[in-house]
Amino acid sequence: MMNRHMIPLVVFAALLLLFWVGLGLNPKIIPSPLIGKEAPKFDLPELHNPQKRVTNEMLKGQVTLFNVFASWCVSCRAEHHLLLDLQHRGLYIIGLNYKDEKRDALNYLTQFGGDPYAMIAYDYEGDVGIEWGVYGTPETFVIDKKGIVRYKHTGPLYREVIENELIPLVRKLEQES
Amino acid sequence: MLPEIGQFLMVLAFCLAVIQSIFPLLGAQKGQLSWMKMGPNLAWAQFAALAFAYGLLTYAFIDHDFSVALAASHSSINLPIEYRISAVWGNHEGSLLLWILILAGWGVAVASFSNNLPVAMSSRVLAVMGMISVGFIGFMVFTSNPFERMMMVPLDGNDLNPMLQDPGMIFHPPLLYMGYVGFAVAFSFAMAALIGGRLDASWARWSRPWTTIAWVFLTLGIALGSWWAYAELGWGGWWFWDPVENASFMPWLLATALIHSLAVTEKRGAFRSWTVMLAILTFALTIVGAFLVRSGVITSVHAFATDPTRGVYILVFLAVIIGASLMLYAWRAPKVGMGGGFSSWSRESVLLANNVLLVVACSAVFIGTMYPLIIDALGMGKMSVGPPYFNTVFVPLMVPLLVMMIIGPLVPWKNATLKGSFNRLYPVLAAGLLAAVVWPLLMGEWGVIVAIMIFVATGIVGVFIVDLLPRIKAETFAGKISRFKKLNVSWLGMHVAHIGMAITIIGMAMAMGYQEEKDVRVAPGDVVEMAGYTFTFDGVKQVRGANYSSQYGTVRVKEDGELLTTLHPEKRTYDKHKGMPMTQASIDRSLFRDLYVSLGDPIGRTGAWVIRVYYKPYMTWLWTGVMIMSVGGVLAISDRRYRVKIRRRFKKRPSKESQAVID
Repeated sequence: MMNRHMIPLVVFAALLLLFWVGLGLNPKIIPSPLIGKEAPKFDLPELHNPQKRVTNEMLKGQVTLFNVFASWCVSCRAEHHLLLDLQHRGLYIIGLNYKDEKRDALNYLTQFGGDPYAMIAYDYEGDVGIEWGVYGTPETFVIDKKGIVRYKHTGPLYREVIENELIPLVRKLEQES
Repeated sequence: MLPEIGQFLMVLAFCLAVIQSIFPLLGAQKGQLSWMKMGPNLAWAQFAALAFAYGLLTYAFIDHDFSVALAASHSSINLPIEYRISAVWGNHEGSLLLWILILAGWGVAVASFSNNLPVAMSSRVLAVMGMISVGFIGFMVFTSNPFERMMMVPLDGNDLNPMLQDPGMIFHPPLLYMGYVGFAVAFSFAMAALIGGRLDASWARWSRPWTTIAWVFLTLGIALGSWWAYAELGWGGWWFWDPVENASFMPWLLATALIHSLAVTEKRGAFRSWTVMLAILTFALTIVGAFLVRSGVITSVHAFATDPTRGVYILVFLAVIIGASLMLYAWRAPKVGMGGGFSSWSRESVLLANNVLLVVACSAVFIGTMYPLIIDALGMGKMSVGPPYFNTVFVPLMVPLLVMMIIGPLVPWKNATLKGSFNRLYPVLAAGLLAAVVWPLLMGEWGVIVAIMIFVATGIVGVFIVDLLPRIKAETFAGKISRFKKLNVSWLGMHVAHIGMAITIIGMAMAMGYQEEKDVRVAPGDVVEMAGYTFTFDGVKQVRGANYSSQYGTVRVKEDGELLTTLHPEKRTYDKHKGMPMTQASIDRSLFRDLYVSLGDPIGRTGAWVIRVYYKPYMTWLWTGVMIMSVGGVLAISDRRYRVKIRRRFKKRPSKESQAVID
């Protein structure tokens, strides 16, 4: 027997169902508008050697991991050894040092086990970071041989992401001409 | 060692809450006085255990005990002492402990001020509050231990989130929680009345002061959050319809409805099952709010770090407690009588309209807040609902509600005549119309929305005067004063709260209608003109704070060539959170306008900056109005009818202390 005093109970049950489904979703996964587009243009000094320039042209010609990091970013430390590991596995990694003091950045690389980057663009002002839509370090992009952004990971990398998403994608892109 | 004691105390409090939710209730059902009498003692014991645990956690923060994971991730050596204390609630676990402590505090308050209640009633109330405590303490014990230790103790902590390093943030969460959690009392009274089958006017009279005081706290808490956003975020805005803001605003809307429907139930015995429903829903919304903030289903600047097991726990808790209360309602409500009848034009019918409008407004906010989640759950993509939706839906609902505030106080209970009500209203409406025409013109430009807002606000103040004059009618001025002193305090409280609302409305309307803003690029020495004021930018220098370095701007403000004030907008970069620069707007406040300057970004390294300059008329009215609203709430519960029995009890054993308590 349904009476009007039962209605709140029914509405409430529907709401619980919605929340239950909602728990399984992740609102933080926001697709980057850059995916499928050419990497934003930039031209920055190299961290170790300021006379040298790092530009978006250097992302082309090979599959590149573009990793945004900073010495003040604690979760960057967590993924640093994974980046070193990726370098040993032959991946080509370009770094973007984001809003950092040069001395701090260089110390960071020696302190946490080495430099996994083929080159590091030094973005003191943070302007290039804004172009790339960085809203929290670290962030990692995969760029194909033509310089098109194909993948973005926000937050520190971890094993599952690397083995299940990153590496398979990089190997696939390497097959493309 | 101390943190382990804290953890033990939490488990102890959990056990005490379990006992509190069983024995007083069984005692009330079986008429066992000794079991019922356990309630107050258990409430006190639970509060003591939690207060001690809370003190220990605070001590870990003050003492830089970074072996406690929470202190390590939310405090640091250079963090000033006031923020070390407030950092305790600047995170999920600590804020939950504060929430539970406040809940236990409300329990103690109920235990202390319930001497005028039948013991069965107060026992049932305490038992229901015990059940809520079990749910929340269990949440902390099983999913969110604030005393967790770290294996490797860091030398320094990670520092408090820079957004929370602001004086407004010290008081915003405790006030908000006092309000949020306070509705657990109103809920417990409603449940106790349903269980005991006594849903009558005396139940409404007992739960009214509790509901009102919780509403006062929530009002102040929301306003303080808004005040903080205004000063800290640097956009000059004070309300963003962020999901978490909405999570606090929805219970406020329903609680406002509840306060008014409780009035009807107390005076006329009507609306009984509706009032119970509102008490349940208001409380349910506070738990839904906790779910939204702490489970990660919705993204917001306020959201805590998320963990799915927490979401599942709160969801189950929500299902059990609200599900059970709705079932109890479905079982008991059909047997509740209708109470006093009323005609289609009466105080009751105006308050019914008020309730409908508030509930519809709350539903509109609810739908807007949940819509992204619904769309996502249906697999239809990601989207967000912004201010345009809320403003379009919400403002039109508010206008008739405000009109009710003009009419309501003059309409008698039970049966009234339209003519009788409006005869007294003519001068009020005339004053409102006059103000609506003239006031906007004085501001420079007449606009229809501003005019409507001024009309209703003036009307609300006007109706107070029309309602007041006959009540203080006397030959002499001294006679008027003496009659004023004898006025019914809760009647006065209603009007004061309404006037507070009117003042807030004027503040909102003026600030939105006549604000001026400029985003300009300035080099040192450059001048910005706005609303008759001259802002001279004197450049930005580096200044060092306790745990941050600041780009400290200087802007001189002149009026008619004379120096009025010097503003110092800042942009702070905290040592441990360099990716998150914080804007500190600098504001010169006065009765009729705020001058507001915030720093944007530097332009290269030339010393030039982008700055934002705002002229915001009547902003002070917005905050003042909220304060007055709260004073109205406090006045409303100071009425002596809520203390009648206490007074009688004290008369038997007069002592100096009790005299002081009464008057």
